[in-house]
Amino acid sequence: MRVGVAKERAEQERRVAATPESIKKLVGLGFEVAIEQGAGVNAGIADDAYEREGAKIIADQRALYESSDVLVKVRPPSVEEAELLREGCLLVSLLQPERNPAIVPAVVARKASALALERIPRVTRAQKMDVLSSMGNLAGYRAILEAAAVYQGLFGKAVTAAGSAPPAKVLIIGAGVAGLAAIGAARALGAEVRAFDTRAAAREQVESMGATFLEVTIQESGDGGGGYAKVMSPEFIAAEMELFRQQAREVNVIVTTALVPGTKAPILLPRDVVDCLVPGSIIVDLAAEQGGNCELTVPGQIADYNGVKIIGFTDMTSRMASVASRFFANNIVHLLTDMGGGDKFKVDLEDEVIRPALVVHNGEELPPPPRKEPSPAAPKASKPAQTTAPAASSATIKSIPPPPADAKPKQHDVTSPTRRAWVNNLFGMVVVGLLFVLGRFAPQDFLQHFTVFVLACFVGWQVIWSVSPSLHTPLMSVTNAISGIIVVGGMLQVGGDFGVATILGAAAVLVATVNIAGGFLVTQRMLKMFQRDGGSR
Amino acid sequence: MTPGMSIVAYLIAGVLFIRSLGGLSKQETAKTGNLFGVLGMVIAIVVTAITWLQHGAGATAMALLGGAIGIGAIVGGSMARRVEMTGMPELVAILHSFVGLAAVLVGVSSYLGPESHAASTTVVGAAQAAHGAAARIVHRIELWIGIAIGALTFTGSVIAWAKLKGSISGKPLLLPGRHFLNLVIVLAIVAMAFPFVGAAGSSGLVWMLVMTALAGVLGVHLVMAIGGADMPVVVSLLNSYSGWAAASAGFVLNNDLLIVTGALVGASGTILSIIMCRAMNRSILNVVFGGFGTGESKTSVAPVEGEVREIKADELGERLANAKSVIVVPGYGMAVARAQNSVNELCRTLRDKGVKVRFAIHPVAGRLPGHMNVLLAEAGVPYDIVLEMEEINHDFPQTDVVLVIGANDIVNPAALDDPGSPIYGMPVLEVWKSAMVVVSKRGMAAGYAGIENPLFFHENCRMLFGDAKKSVDALVTAVKAKG
Repeated sequence: MRVGVAKERAEQERRVAATPESIKKLVGLGFEVAIEQGAGVNAGIADDAYEREGAKIIADQRALYESSDVLVKVRPPSVEEAELLREGCLLVSLLQPERNPAIVPAVVARKASALALERIPRVTRAQKMDVLSSMGNLAGYRAILEAAAVYQGLFGKAVTAAGSAPPAKVLIIGAGVAGLAAIGAARALGAEVRAFDTRAAAREQVESMGATFLEVTIQESGDGGGGYAKVMSPEFIAAEMELFRQQAREVNVIVTTALVPGTKAPILLPRDVVDCLVPGSIIVDLAAEQGGNCELTVPGQIADYNGVKIIGFTDMTSRMASVASRFFANNIVHLLTDMGGGDKFKVDLEDEVIRPALVVHNGEELPPPPRKEPSPAAPKASKPAQTTAPAASSATIKSIPPPPADAKPKQHDVTSPTRRAWVNNLFGMVVVGLLFVLGRFAPQDFLQHFTVFVLACFVGWQVIWSVSPSLHTPLMSVTNAISGIIVVGGMLQVGGDFGVATILGAAAVLVATVNIAGGFLVTQRMLKMFQRDGGSR
Repeated sequence: MTPGMSIVAYLIAGVLFIRSLGGLSKQETAKTGNLFGVLGMVIAIVVTAITWLQHGAGATAMALLGGAIGIGAIVGGSMARRVEMTGMPELVAILHSFVGLAAVLVGVSSYLGPESHAASTTVVGAAQAAHGAAARIVHRIELWIGIAIGALTFTGSVIAWAKLKGSISGKPLLLPGRHFLNLVIVLAIVAMAFPFVGAAGSSGLVWMLVMTALAGVLGVHLVMAIGGADMPVVVSLLNSYSGWAAASAGFVLNNDLLIVTGALVGASGTILSIIMCRAMNRSILNVVFGGFGTGESKTSVAPVEGEVREIKADELGERLANAKSVIVVPGYGMAVARAQNSVNELCRTLRDKGVKVRFAIHPVAGRLPGHMNVLLAEAGVPYDIVLEMEEINHDFPQTDVVLVIGANDIVNPAALDDPGSPIYGMPVLEVWKSAMVVVSKRGMAAGYAGIENPLFFHENCRMLFGDAKKSVDALVTAVKAKG
């Protein structure tokens, strides 16, 4: 069983699908390994390092392809490369058939098999083979470093004799593996980090990384089952855009991580959000290769829009080719181990991990299997980067549809408040009219009292609204006592001649006094009981 | 003392009352606020007494007045000292009735007393004579309104008191055609004002007494029709009525201090009622005329099914002792079982173990606005760990154990997700979002709203059956036993 490791020929691709350590392990598993000459040069690995671990160096690409039972590669092969595949051979790479439609027919024509690494389902068993997570992790880290390199300020807070600088504010959109890694890197540089994700489960992970979790005002969970985000309602999207606009006015760096393998990335930062950023701000668009999360991203380049630098590198992980190759190679080793190793190697169509990833089997194109809902990231995960590995970096915000270009918070019930305002106005006018009628006919001293009365109502209205709800009972008893002021009325009636009026007045004084004494005393009693924590016990 | 000086004194008293209410807005200033109130009241009484003496009151009247004030102070003082904090709603209700009664007495007395008298003792009285007929009509109308509000407040408060005390069933009494009955009474009161205003001298007395009786019946009927769970709203409404009664007495007697104070109290009670109604997502009209929680209201369209799981005090004690964060949700059941001291003991024990304990108070928990806060304060729970619903509702997902003690409707998830539920739309404490909810309850009976609570069937919910006080005491023992 020979595993062939092909040299990457795609532009800007420096990674390689095997390292000396991974070759050692593959050999240990009973594989015979061959590697194309110069495959690891861009990742800093010389041919003889491979050779030392037992790999056979093959100079000729055609010879390598034709002699391999399993061909591993990082990037999908070109059609020409695919045509070199041996019959019955298994091609393992980040195939992305949606983006490279010509590949599948080519593999089918060669009667070979093809396994798309990005389609490996996110179940616990498959974590160690999850290339999206391992690459997402690096991409998130690198995104911050690229931003820091272009950003003209400090990330961390600095206080020096020559002046001080506040820490940079970083917004991470999408708290998948890439997002979480970006949070970690930005925090390590000393920045103040905030993150947004539509899934409730992300909150704890974000907070565990030391960032602030942002929320939109609308309560709607983005959990679509299986750790995927679901399509949010238009109201939610509008609120989300409003949040981004508001954040954009504050932050210096935005990293977007809504990368969807195979399809176009959703637009999360339309032009009007970018307009809110101050010049000198940085956007890192990790979805650049799929069109970008930012409307203004130019894939592969740093775009400048009114002083805002939009980093659209498509080779973030490739820029870390050394470590990325090591992680990728380890994922491959784990995958091949899982498939039985060199001696019992088998493409098992019943296997819940292999089957969904298998695009072509022995020249036969396989329809995607019905998607089973794998267990989503446990909300209680303590080490997000590891335990949520399947909650993949890029798939996380999978289905946020692009918002409308002029996204504005939707106004609910536009008619109803207006109508209510009209009713209020009408009511107010009627009241004013009645007051004038009253003023025309009522005696003047009544009107003076009436003035006092209305003003007092407004004063009371203003004063009472500020009362803390915990003091509502004391408020009641004190107003109770105060309304005992009617005692004054009673007293005024007691004077003069002794008669029924006087007796009634005295009775009024009696009950009113009960009120005054009872109300004030019981209020005092209650208020004494309220204690602050740590105060005298 | 000249009339001008008494105006100034009344002004000072009025300002003191406003400052008193303003002081109550914060815990730190509340005690000072109360003192301002006392001071304002003393000033008002002393000034009135001086004015009164200057008018040459007789010895009999003086004895009468002194006796009334003395007895009233003693009775009120002893009531205030003896009342249990759990009995606070009853006390507040009965005090409201006194204001209503006093307003009626003042009104009747003012009608019977020589008209010139009321005018002579007041500051702006002189203007009254000039206007003659119009002034008399206005005066009589004021009298009429004042007595009607007073009588309604009086009987309504007495019924509320009896309901809170348990002498009368908390169930709403719903007579057939009750809205029609109310309307007839109101129309009768309005109609009878015409012969009363027209009557010469004191001959309108009969009309007045009949009207007082009718207003009293209206008060009884209105409050009888309101269920136990709506009592916080009723009590605060009566609070505002007592204020309007005092204000109308002020109009009758041409006394600005009474008007100002009455308006303050009236506004206060109105705001409290609004706050309570908002907390239940219902309109005032719905509360006053609704007859809620009865056969009339819709029952939940989604019958609750599932298994209720019990937990024992020992096991719960261990969970509590090992928890990082605990929230206690008290309800009226805690007041009934007088469990607040045990709850405080539990809180202290847990806090000593380093557990973060907080209390979540729903605005309509208990039978009086702020009832739970007073009970917990009495037991010695520091007020800064007692939080309002909005402050704490988003913390439930990060909470290990929520202990619901004697509360039901305020933690009912049906309010959020079951449009058929009668309490649908009412904001509730979202306790089910925590890792574990334990409900201490006597049995499986429904809450005051008379509806099933799906919370009890939630997967993360456990029931702790038994008397709240005994259950909490057992918990304290269990927690202490864990070292």
